[in-house]
Amino acid sequence: MSLKKKMKDHATKHAEATEPHPAAAAKQAAQGKLQARERITAILDQDSFHEYDLFVEHKCYDFGMEKKQLPGDGVITGTGTILGHPVAIFAQDFTVAGGSLGLAHARKITKIMDHAIKLGIPLIGINDSGGARIQEGVNSLAGYGEIFYRNTLASGVIPQLSIILGPCAGGAVYSPALTDFVFVVDKISKMFITGPEVIKTVLGEEISMEDLGGARVQAEMTGNAHFYAESEAECFEQVKRLVTYIPWNNRKKADTFSVIPSRSEVDLEHIIPAESNKPYDVRDVIRAVCDGSDFMEVQALWAANIVVGFARMDGRTVGMVANQPAVLAGVLDVDSSDKAARFIRFCDAFNIPLVTFVDLPGYLPGIDQEHAGVIRHGAKLLYAYSEATVPKITVILRKAYGGGYIAMCSRHLGADFVFAWPCAEIAVMGPEGAANIIFKGEIAAAADPEAFRREKVKEYTEKFASPYVAAANGHVDAVIAPHQTRDFLLHALEISAEKQELRPDRKHGVPPF
Amino acid sequence: MTPAQKPARQTIRLNDTAYETTLTKKYAQRKPYQPKDPSRLTAIIPGLILEPIAQPGDQVRRGQDLLILEAMKMQNHITAHDDVMVKAVHVAPGETVTKGQLLMEFEPGPDAL
Repeated sequence: MSLKKKMKDHATKHAEATEPHPAAAAKQAAQGKLQARERITAILDQDSFHEYDLFVEHKCYDFGMEKKQLPGDGVITGTGTILGHPVAIFAQDFTVAGGSLGLAHARKITKIMDHAIKLGIPLIGINDSGGARIQEGVNSLAGYGEIFYRNTLASGVIPQLSIILGPCAGGAVYSPALTDFVFVVDKISKMFITGPEVIKTVLGEEISMEDLGGARVQAEMTGNAHFYAESEAECFEQVKRLVTYIPWNNRKKADTFSVIPSRSEVDLEHIIPAESNKPYDVRDVIRAVCDGSDFMEVQALWAANIVVGFARMDGRTVGMVANQPAVLAGVLDVDSSDKAARFIRFCDAFNIPLVTFVDLPGYLPGIDQEHAGVIRHGAKLLYAYSEATVPKITVILRKAYGGGYIAMCSRHLGADFVFAWPCAEIAVMGPEGAANIIFKGEIAAAADPEAFRREKVKEYTEKFASPYVAAANGHVDAVIAPHQTRDFLLHALEISAEKQELRPDRKHGVPPF
Repeated sequence: MTPAQKPARQTIRLNDTAYETTLTKKYAQRKPYQPKDPSRLTAIIPGLILEPIAQPGDQVRRGQDLLILEAMKMQNHITAHDDVMVKAVHVAPGETVTKGQLLMEFEPGPDAL
């Protein structure tokens, strides 16, 4: 074969393997879905994508598979850059055998995962697959298992992002679940272990795919998804933005950006209502102190009583954790403890300092909470904060009552700096509850119980509903005026940039999950 | 709509203080707790009644089979939680039942009297 013919052959082979099947492509487009290859180019920097394993073929000779040639075996893998950051990426191609996962398909994914781990670069997976390739039997299950194994090995070593852009059902959902961030798109993403058909057959319960495991459900009810978008384009912008906040791997820090002052016009001195039972949006506090008032919230729709997300201070990434008085009074409960604990562990694994804003009345009381295991889930938060060795800075804005005070990165869990606003109330519980318990007998016996009770509430408020008892004991390092918050945080972060904390050697801890 | 944009009219009570806030959908939709009623047997899973073993008036011992409920391709032996007398049987063999459907009612067994 002449050299010229070899070159021409290659061009033909390449075109055959990459050109989408017109009918399948049209079907995909009709659902508002891009082609797998288009998705990769939409996420990566222009012309940065380099594809590997394009000519991989399956080795299945059963059930007519011997006659089927599947371009790339239904998955595209390669490397590229996002805003200059290197990433490894794979995208399942629904137009090739429904994106079904056989052994060759899985091996392409595990190969790019191995690369990502060795090279120390983030991994992005785009999931759009009907599930296991049934014709390949147990080999397809083996493929899933090998992916899960690597997701686990990569955890805490490289950031892993999963974008769900189609069905992701059965065992397939466990790969995204093992990764750090899951992105979903309205009407396109579907995640479940058993689908509506099976549920109907076995249990007789009818539900649509959307209501069972659609994007909204995963973002709002289950907490499986971290970012929710209305369209694929919006989703890709979220992916790109997130990549700027996180480092390539656990040996590095996230990139430093130029310092922009806060753009917020919120007056911090007046943001907190005078009465401690009135709400405000704690995200206004975060935006008022961070660079450019730019805050990327994670899991915004789920367990909104706690706010977590990324921002920058002096150009460096910071993980923000804050109780949200505007939702469920900012209480800790099963879901909010879970959400914050996972975020804290991500930040700790990837050298991102933590800033915590505290304003909570305590844990949510309720039979449902107790029976749902609020003890076990709440313990995750204590564990995550105590375990974290990145710089930990806490600002007590208002209420810090009881177990909630301890849990929200108190000095006792290893906070490096604890600041409190003058309106902080650090106590075992709110004045009303405390007075009712301490003076129960006296209130009942008083000539005017209500007047007596009021007086005792006032007494308790004056004595304990302040930051000064905690400050007198050194549990709070400084009581600061709200407008000094950014300055105190910037300084604390700057001086703790080289913080080192050594812990006893162990294989790993045993967190309560 | 973000939580802050919603009118903060709802309240949540903690330690004798009513906090103004918004409630999450999950919180608002939570089911009230219902204590277990030991005099009623309900289906733990939807399925098919294969054979009711116990009949009204039967005295059954704790752990004895009451009926067989087929679900998920498994024949589940539903047994008595205590020594009881069967007061009523609400299902017949071949009947499909939904989750939570009432299957039997009991009265305390002779030992408890």
